[in-house]
Amino acid sequence: MDITKLSAFEMRKKISKKEISSKELVTAHFNRIEEVEKNINAFITLNKEEALKTAEKVDEKIKNGEQIGLLAGLPIGVKDNIVTKDLRTTCGSKMLENFIPPYDATVVTRIKEADGIIMGKTNMDEFAMGSSTETSYFGPTKNPIDTERVPGGSSGGSAAAVKSGEVALALGTDTGGSIRQPASYCDVVGIKPSYGIVSRYGAVSMANTLDQVGVFGRDVRDAVFMLSAITGYDKKDSTSFNNPEGTIIFGSFPEEIDYKDYLKGMKIGLPREFTYEGMDPRINEEITKSIKMFESLGAEIEEISLPHIEYGLAAYYIISTSEISSNLARFDGVKYGYRAKEYNTLDELYINSRTEAFGEEVKRRIMLGTYSLSRGYADDHYKKALKVRTLIKNDFDKAFSKYDIILSPTCPVLPFKLGEKVNDPLAMYMGDLFTVPVNLAGLCSMSIPCGYVEGLPVGLQIIGNRLKEANIIKAGLGFEGGVKNGL
Amino acid sequence: MITREQVEHMANLAKLKFSEEEIDGFTHKFSEVLSYVEKLNEVNTEGVEPAYGVNNHIQVLREDVVQEGLSREEVLQNIKENQYGYFKLLKIVE
Repeated sequence: MDITKLSAFEMRKKISKKEISSKELVTAHFNRIEEVEKNINAFITLNKEEALKTAEKVDEKIKNGEQIGLLAGLPIGVKDNIVTKDLRTTCGSKMLENFIPPYDATVVTRIKEADGIIMGKTNMDEFAMGSSTETSYFGPTKNPIDTERVPGGSSGGSAAAVKSGEVALALGTDTGGSIRQPASYCDVVGIKPSYGIVSRYGAVSMANTLDQVGVFGRDVRDAVFMLSAITGYDKKDSTSFNNPEGTIIFGSFPEEIDYKDYLKGMKIGLPREFTYEGMDPRINEEITKSIKMFESLGAEIEEISLPHIEYGLAAYYIISTSEISSNLARFDGVKYGYRAKEYNTLDELYINSRTEAFGEEVKRRIMLGTYSLSRGYADDHYKKALKVRTLIKNDFDKAFSKYDIILSPTCPVLPFKLGEKVNDPLAMYMGDLFTVPVNLAGLCSMSIPCGYVEGLPVGLQIIGNRLKEANIIKAGLGFEGGVKNGL
Repeated sequence: MITREQVEHMANLAKLKFSEEEIDGFTHKFSEVLSYVEKLNEVNTEGVEPAYGVNNHIQVLREDVVQEGLSREEVLQNIKENQYGYFKLLKIVE
């Protein structure tokens, strides 16, 4: 039996029953990493020595009959924009090539407290800006399904690592689709939680009112399992929800999930605006089939209208780049990060350090944000976009007063070939069409595999209202059950 | 449309430097993106409040009690040059 192919949930069971040790499990995964990593490049930094040591400690705890955490002994990948104490954190950038964080992000602390094993830091688009993992300073990650294609991004390394069995679970971040789109491209489950339910403390800010830390797993149960270990109020994050009511119910799962019960009577909205001319019709076919399955399992489906959604992408690019230009101002070559070797004035130190260490996409977005926030344009651009954001949020609020979930494709296009779009930013941005409105409104959303087109995976997006993770989880479990049972 | 001069001005504000060629490239790519986002002008936003975030705007303040923070050593561990436990920068005042 290849233990790297088990679900995280099964691994956890075998560990607690002492059928396998954490050290065996972790070793098997490092062997797998050694085998596939040269073709996939999912990791920027590996944490082998420390991971094996931690695994031994977990095994010791089990041997001594001590209580073990939820993630005990499980191999986990952490996206490289989430800081890990004493373990290099680069954000996929030359700017932080040698950055060793002096503290752990709260989500990392929670993994450690739950006895999870951090295997390494996963590759990503530079500072999470991109949809293909091609803008990483450390080279692109390849899609394990077809290594000529991109794994999506920006959390491409995490998605690819989970798909190829290098880890069982992984953390990503999602600002406009950076978990859901790679989940879709790599045929795994990705969850972007509601804004505020997972701490952002220690997740390097890109666009802080849109960023959320979330999870990857090979099935819904695994992803939820991981999510449950990292959610919760954190006083170190001022946007963290303090004990939200009715948010996530999990922690324990029934042994046998009866998928048939989850979707009965569930009210589902299908936004008619979620389509555009560049959309691959073969993706639509798969989505239509999936919707029929929801119907056959007892869900009630109606077409709805989200009239402002078509402006989502434009609003997103103004708001996100504005926040990016502010957030990335901290990289000045002084406190940490790259420092230019040659400079004659303080201004030159800033300019040369930033110019030499940021990649093209990062510079492009800083520039666009600087423009949107600059005198004379701030009201026309930034404020206007924020008002449109209100309208988009209102559209969703109205829809969720009547519906439990909203369904859409995760992406309008299939995984594309490496190099195909990296020089065409607008085409790349269009891929985020269905995912960005979710971040603008702070909603929760899951991408779940729903079919294939010529061997390439298609993802279905299940969107839920703020703090209604329970709804998207039920929908995901019900749908996945239907797929597994050949419906 | 965006002009080369505007791009140069933005670069200066953002503390970034570009070659002539890069400025040309930026001006072009930038215009493409900007003409796309101009789509927003179609939306009537009269009387609409801007959404700066999605959560209620409650300023969270912690109790003003002294807590252990990072040590000086940890704070300085990632800088290129330091001296006497401080960030080292250029001499500005002779």
